[in-house]
Amino acid sequence: MPDLVTELGIDVLFKGTNFLRLLGGLWSALSISLIAVAISIPLGIIMGVLMTSKSRIIKAILRVYLEIIRIMPQLVLLFLMFFGTTRAFGWDISGETASIIVFALWGTAEMGDLVRGALISIPKHQYESSEALGMTSAQTYLYIIIPQTVRRLIPLSINLITRMIKTTSLVLMIGVVEVLKVAQQIIEANRMTSPNVAFGIYLTVFVLYFLACWPISLLAKYLEKKWS
Amino acid sequence: MSDELLKIDNLVKSFDGNTILDGVSLSVKKSEVVVIIGPSGCGKSTLLRCINALEPIQSGSITLDGEVIERNSKTLPALRQRIGMVFQSYDLFPHLSVLDNIVLAPCKVQKRNRDEAKQEAMALLERVGLSEKAKSYPRELSGGQKQRVAIVRALCMHPEILLFDEVTAALDPEMVREVLDVMLDLAKQGRTMLIVTHEMQFARAIADRIIFLDNGKIVEEAKPDEFFDNPKTERAKQFLNMFEFDSVKARDGLDK
Amino acid sequence: MDGEVIMSYLPLYGEAALLTVKLGVIGIVFAIIVGLFCSMIQYYKVPVVRRIVSVYIEISRNTPLLVQLFFIFYGLPRLGIPTDAETCGIAGLAFLGGSYMAEAFRSGLESVDKIQTESAYSLGMNRLQTMRYVILPQAMSVSIPAFVANVIFLLKETSVFSAISLMDLMFTAKDLMGMDHNTVECLFLLVSFYLLILLPISIVGTVVERRMRRAGFGN
Repeated sequence: MPDLVTELGIDVLFKGTNFLRLLGGLWSALSISLIAVAISIPLGIIMGVLMTSKSRIIKAILRVYLEIIRIMPQLVLLFLMFFGTTRAFGWDISGETASIIVFALWGTAEMGDLVRGALISIPKHQYESSEALGMTSAQTYLYIIIPQTVRRLIPLSINLITRMIKTTSLVLMIGVVEVLKVAQQIIEANRMTSPNVAFGIYLTVFVLYFLACWPISLLAKYLEKKWS
Repeated sequence: MSDELLKIDNLVKSFDGNTILDGVSLSVKKSEVVVIIGPSGCGKSTLLRCINALEPIQSGSITLDGEVIERNSKTLPALRQRIGMVFQSYDLFPHLSVLDNIVLAPCKVQKRNRDEAKQEAMALLERVGLSEKAKSYPRELSGGQKQRVAIVRALCMHPEILLFDEVTAALDPEMVREVLDVMLDLAKQGRTMLIVTHEMQFARAIADRIIFLDNGKIVEEAKPDEFFDNPKTERAKQFLNMFEFDSVKARDGLDK
Repeated sequence: MDGEVIMSYLPLYGEAALLTVKLGVIGIVFAIIVGLFCSMIQYYKVPVVRRIVSVYIEISRNTPLLVQLFFIFYGLPRLGIPTDAETCGIAGLAFLGGSYMAEAFRSGLESVDKIQTESAYSLGMNRLQTMRYVILPQAMSVSIPAFVANVIFLLKETSVFSAISLMDLMFTAKDLMGMDHNTVECLFLLVSFYLLILLPISIVGTVVERRMRRAGFGN
């Protein structure tokens, strides 16, 4: 068994602080997505509510924003933010900052669309029957609409978090030191002594990402079933 | 060979520990119309579904013209072609026009010539008064029209026996008649039919024999007049009483 | 922005875009095959294989494509599974997309009422005929919006191919930026070419989805 572990280059994990370093790298990626989520949720809720507003101009502007963000690969957005702003505005922002900005912009757009979807999915008769009961529009929202919207929204927003975490793997491409970068460094340092280190380390990164996302998707699935 | 077309012998069907059919034996002769009635949940729909092997059975046997109908047997699709079935809910294929619904199985399953199948389908549609709907899609039809098409679809396979599973139960009252009329017409042509229905008047008119099913068992079996006028068992009497609304009103009239 | 620079870069970007589209299309075709296979296994509840399929779906959906690619491209050859970059890209896209396609097809298959299967069976159709003539046509039309969304998603995901040194649009942009420092032109072309690839599909997707929502069959 130990032979196999060595053979596959998994032993490198237990040398020095390698495994801790990988975890640290994962944490850098996760923290970027968590900060972005924390920004996206409130902004997304505002955007979603605005998207159901009566003003056509607001709706059109937000729609265009959503479509632009959606149609571009996130990596292109990262490139635009990281390389483009330096050149166009002379900003010198770090890879981390660029990532957080891009993911927050993207998250806000996606969250906004989820909120909009949840709001319009509430059938009209729900509004009508609460009005018929004599509720004010504030009461209608507070007691009838928001509780129903939240139930539809929470599983979908949790899914958005896993998407966000998966997407943070891209920050490697604009030079942020995260788990894949750490993996590359470890592989580089151990290539001579342990030729198969790439297999073991990348497998570990693979498993780490899975362990970060899977429980969250399970939770989303569970809540979706429970509330549907 | 006897003239018994369909023979069910000591059929037992249970689901999740509940016995739904408890030793049902029944046979249907050629050209005979047998109507099964009974309270909801007595197992009458399940019985029809077992005949078409849509449900697994625990023991007993079902044979069509001496051939055993079994789930997962190689001969099942061939046997099912000889049994026509119409369901309660509208089971037309929504992605096909009325005509394509009817000719799909004749063409793909029986490999019949498409034009010949279409001709027959049109003739049958004409007979149920729907020839102008041939190009329509199921969603454009009323419930009664859908059920008439479903009957034509079954007929076009030239089945030896037709099974009707509460075909009017989901219909608006004004559409029930048009479907029942088609079935009466089929009976006149001498088709072999096994019908599950809640329409008592219709049952009386169409049946050669009534089977009263309760709690998964055949409680009574009789000629229609005998059954409706003179039910022998207490259960059948109770059941038939549930349909007696008119007498209440008549008495009200007398009280005045 | 310098028009001449843009003109001189055009052929390079054109070639890169072709590679992006080529790998994307092949990967998506394989993803469809994997997805169909998996959704059928789940639909018919094939014992054992079904468990394997759901494990695959969970793994595929809960890991990033970039990490999948690194593992396939740098990890697997160490086990003696040699792979060139293009094959890796296609394999990665099929591995990722297979699960997304499977989910799209599965929800379509599950949307078809059980009575449809039963009435097909009662007309004497066998399993294959029932699937082909009755279930699939109905399921497909339900799956189309999710399917188109997946195609767009997968095409966008190809942007990480540059990480395994495939000379796609991202690679070309980064390469040229590093060489000539014409950042604005490079990024402009990058965005334009992605729009060129993605916008038509996105528009088709919107139209199809709208039509699906408006009516079912027969309109």
